[in-house]
Amino acid sequence: MNFETVIGLEVHVELKTNSKIFSPSPVDFGAEPNLNTNVIDWGYPGVLPTTNKGVVESGMKAALALHADISKIQHFDRKNYFYPDNPKAYQITQSDTPLAQNGWVEIEVDGQTKKIGIQEMHIEEDAGKNTHGGDHSYVDLNRQGTPLVEIVSTSEIASPDEAYAYLEELRQQIQFTGVSDVKMEEGSMRVDVNISIRPIGQTEYGTKVELKNLNSFNYVKKGLAFEEARQRKIIMAGGEIQPETRRYDETTGQTILMRVKEGAEDYRYFPEPDLPALEISDAWIDEIKNNLPEAPSKRRDRYVNELGITEYDAMVLTQTKEMSDFYDRMIELHADPKQSANYLQGNVNAYLNDNQVDLQDTKITPENLATMVNLISDGTISSKMAKKVFKAITEGKEPKQFVEENGMVQLSDPSQLQPIIDEILSANPQSIEDFHNGKDRAIGFLVGQIMKKTQGKANPTVVNKLLIASMNK
Amino acid sequence: MSSNISKEEVAHVAELAKLKLDDNKLDYFTKQIDDIVGMFETIDKVDTTNIDPTYSVTDQLNTMREDIADNWNQRQALLDTAPETKDGFIEVPTIIDESGDGE
Amino acid sequence: MNYFKESIDSLHEKLVNKEITAEELTKQTFENIDQTDPKVAAFLALNKEAALAKARQLDQQGIDPNNVLSGIPVAIKDNLVTKGLTTTAASKMLANFNPIYSATVVNKLDALDTINVGKTNMDEFAMGGSTENSAFKVTKNPWDTTKVPGGSSGGSAAAVAAGEVIAAIGTDTGGSIRQPAAFNGVVGMKPTYGRVSRWGVIAFGSSLDQVGPITSTVKDNAVMLNAISGLDKHDMTSSDKEVPDFTANLDKDIKGLKIGIPEEYLAEEISADIKQSVQKAADYYRQLGATVETISLPNTSYAVPAYYIIASAEASSNLQRFDGIRYGFRAENAKNLDDLYVETRSQGFGDEVKRRIMLGTFSLSSSYYDAYFKKAAQIRTLIINDFKDAFKKVDLILAPTTPTTAYGIGEDVSDPMTMYMNDALTLPVNLAGLPAMSVPAGLDKDGMPMGIQLIGKPFDEATIYQAGYAFEKETKFNQNTPKMGGNN
Repeated sequence: MNFETVIGLEVHVELKTNSKIFSPSPVDFGAEPNLNTNVIDWGYPGVLPTTNKGVVESGMKAALALHADISKIQHFDRKNYFYPDNPKAYQITQSDTPLAQNGWVEIEVDGQTKKIGIQEMHIEEDAGKNTHGGDHSYVDLNRQGTPLVEIVSTSEIASPDEAYAYLEELRQQIQFTGVSDVKMEEGSMRVDVNISIRPIGQTEYGTKVELKNLNSFNYVKKGLAFEEARQRKIIMAGGEIQPETRRYDETTGQTILMRVKEGAEDYRYFPEPDLPALEISDAWIDEIKNNLPEAPSKRRDRYVNELGITEYDAMVLTQTKEMSDFYDRMIELHADPKQSANYLQGNVNAYLNDNQVDLQDTKITPENLATMVNLISDGTISSKMAKKVFKAITEGKEPKQFVEENGMVQLSDPSQLQPIIDEILSANPQSIEDFHNGKDRAIGFLVGQIMKKTQGKANPTVVNKLLIASMNK
Repeated sequence: MSSNISKEEVAHVAELAKLKLDDNKLDYFTKQIDDIVGMFETIDKVDTTNIDPTYSVTDQLNTMREDIADNWNQRQALLDTAPETKDGFIEVPTIIDESGDGE
Repeated sequence: MNYFKESIDSLHEKLVNKEITAEELTKQTFENIDQTDPKVAAFLALNKEAALAKARQLDQQGIDPNNVLSGIPVAIKDNLVTKGLTTTAASKMLANFNPIYSATVVNKLDALDTINVGKTNMDEFAMGGSTENSAFKVTKNPWDTTKVPGGSSGGSAAAVAAGEVIAAIGTDTGGSIRQPAAFNGVVGMKPTYGRVSRWGVIAFGSSLDQVGPITSTVKDNAVMLNAISGLDKHDMTSSDKEVPDFTANLDKDIKGLKIGIPEEYLAEEISADIKQSVQKAADYYRQLGATVETISLPNTSYAVPAYYIIASAEASSNLQRFDGIRYGFRAENAKNLDDLYVETRSQGFGDEVKRRIMLGTFSLSSSYYDAYFKKAAQIRTLIINDFKDAFKKVDLILAPTTPTTAYGIGEDVSDPMTMYMNDALTLPVNLAGLPAMSVPAGLDKDGMPMGIQLIGKPFDEATIYQAGYAFEKETKFNQNTPKMGGNN
């Protein structure tokens, strides 16, 4: 029997705003427990929510980046359930009128491109955090009210690889809007997946299984692959899939049953009476669209077509907005596009990997790196010298100043080089003769002598030119 | 006795609302709720085709707050009025089901 | 001091002329409450120390002759949170709850230098129409202490009627200001939804709740509404419409005012005396040059089910936060988390609250949502449309406030259906978000007060006050005072 796989992804992305979605408390849940909470975050008697405009705007940016249609009239809804990290015992979300609908992203798997639909996106509040210890649990409401945008895919994802590619694309598109860090390891991107399989040709869907605890894209892929195989085995053996929630175990690579779902939960959604509706004007949408940072695909096209770098280089440079913005700034400073790209994906990426840091958290600035690339281009320093200069840049030093302070400037001035060349030539008449007899090695020898004399500072290109001219006199 | 709502339904609703009813109370509430739901059902006969529901009568639209963080510094006062706290956390009996709201 | 012969203006004059100091006034107010309240039981908590301290401070500063409310004692319904002053909403759930912030209305009154004398009794979480659903005490009607004061703002209305305070704040979700005002022979205004901030009001039905004043005169009421109205950045449903001076046009004559009496509001369940009081009021208005015509609000009979579905649904969600985790009552010896929830809520809530929570949970549950909650919301639209049509023809609607006068304590509480039907004349206004005021309309054959209701267009409280003032001036019904209470 041949099966097809149907995967749906629900992705929660934390929006990087100053204040919470329905309260002015700062968004910073790394702080001491409950430090960034107020009566609203605690669901205190008598409090009311206030809608953060910044969240609506960030949500709209994400929606536009994912090509979704923004709903013109929106309201919030209450989703009712009891849980200690859910202080009002309802979550304010959007169920009736989501922020946006009908988006898509384009993915590429095995050379094939495919559009994956986004059914809907809505904004909502995050819950607090529970921790467990002994015979008690402990609630910290710092995270309560952190804005989230939830992105629900259509069921067009047909393989774990497609799921992976979808998540990559989603992450990148959103990252470039600047509304979120979109980092799974930090929880600013969270993925819930459901997966079912059905014999090819069958019209109704198979029973869905939900997977939790997928803390990286890789785990999503591995968890789905395991689940795909597990379900296939059960069906092939004549068994039936149970509607259940399973947890991915990172150490064994398996999914483990958490609980069987008994009927749908009844969340008793209804429109939030405490918040007036939002009417999103075309003018507002246009304003946000016009101020949206350039999308990664557009940047790649520009890099390849206008700056003449390779598709591969362009892809590497558009992994994150920070890298791409950095590169753009270097180009603005007239650094050579090819050299700049080389340095970014070579030395800079190696440095980031070695130190496990993000570009924006280093002392490397586009200004300094561009200066260095320009110093190489104009022959002030050699690429060998550049290694030292790069190290200085990672320490926050200005390259020109560093080069001068360390006497690293290349000797390129003919009026300074000529006397040295003359001196070397008069000391080595045999080499001149060898040269005239067609022995090219003689040049190498003479250049070596000159470099030795100048302690390696002579610009080899200039030396070569002057040397040949002198011998041909 | 019940025509509109059964004892089981009332028990289910009580469970959703985290309320405990002993048998006597269940009977008592079932009778009352049955009467009231009977009254609710009189709206059945109203033709509401093409009538938009009204969920709010505020005259406000698009009211939003600017995204400016403001810590009201209420942490200590909030913790002081909480029934049980420890090290700045709110203390509750052990949570067994860690799946949150499940979605 | 009891307030039977006083108005805010007259007190203000005495304070400004130093006939009485703010401290003396406050002291005498508490002395009177100490005498009167054992019979009326209007108060849940008194704010003696803080009130006297503030009064002394005011005396030191000097009473501002331009601030009519400076030094005026007022009482606050116990579902508005007051920082540092126990706020219970008359529920065991919040028995010792000491809020860390104050409601906007409380802050506004405080900023205007009124003296908060204490918190008034009510039906638990404002659910009920008799104040018998309080977890703590049963407030009595000062006109006949065997009778209920109405509710849910029964404590506030009784306190004003008994002369304990000159003004009190109430909340009105389905008639909870107007009905007790009618039962106690005082003036009670439910403003337009959004006129007054709900920040700090312990929510019952969020799309229906409004805060409003209860006073003995229309003018005092207008003065109080001036004080508490206006846009609040904490309440996004509060209106940004300009707040006029509600006292400005009180004296303007009402010649030409078009008044409608909805025929549906004079159905057979309404007591004969009350029907007659409405007809008499119509006669007065005609004499004053207004026109009075019969109008129809055809969907009125569906308002009761629609209201109870919507109010209960919102309440079921609003009251979920009372779970014993972050504040208020927490049941002891819970075996686990679920047990903590269930025990806390089962012990903390009274029967009427449980009943409404269950009704609301039922109406919102996925299998009944469309048939109940959504359908009720559609009927709400029809009721709004009825009023809109009516207001194309008339400026003001005149109706009885209640079908009967105050009933005996213990009479209705056992039968929720009867209790719910008692709100039939007040709750359509909440569904439509309109302003409405109950003003005293004389006494029935048993000597109990009756009230008529004046319903206005959205944000047109001014016309209501104008018409109410004219009626009061003409009839002087407000000068009736209960037989009991204080030094009377």
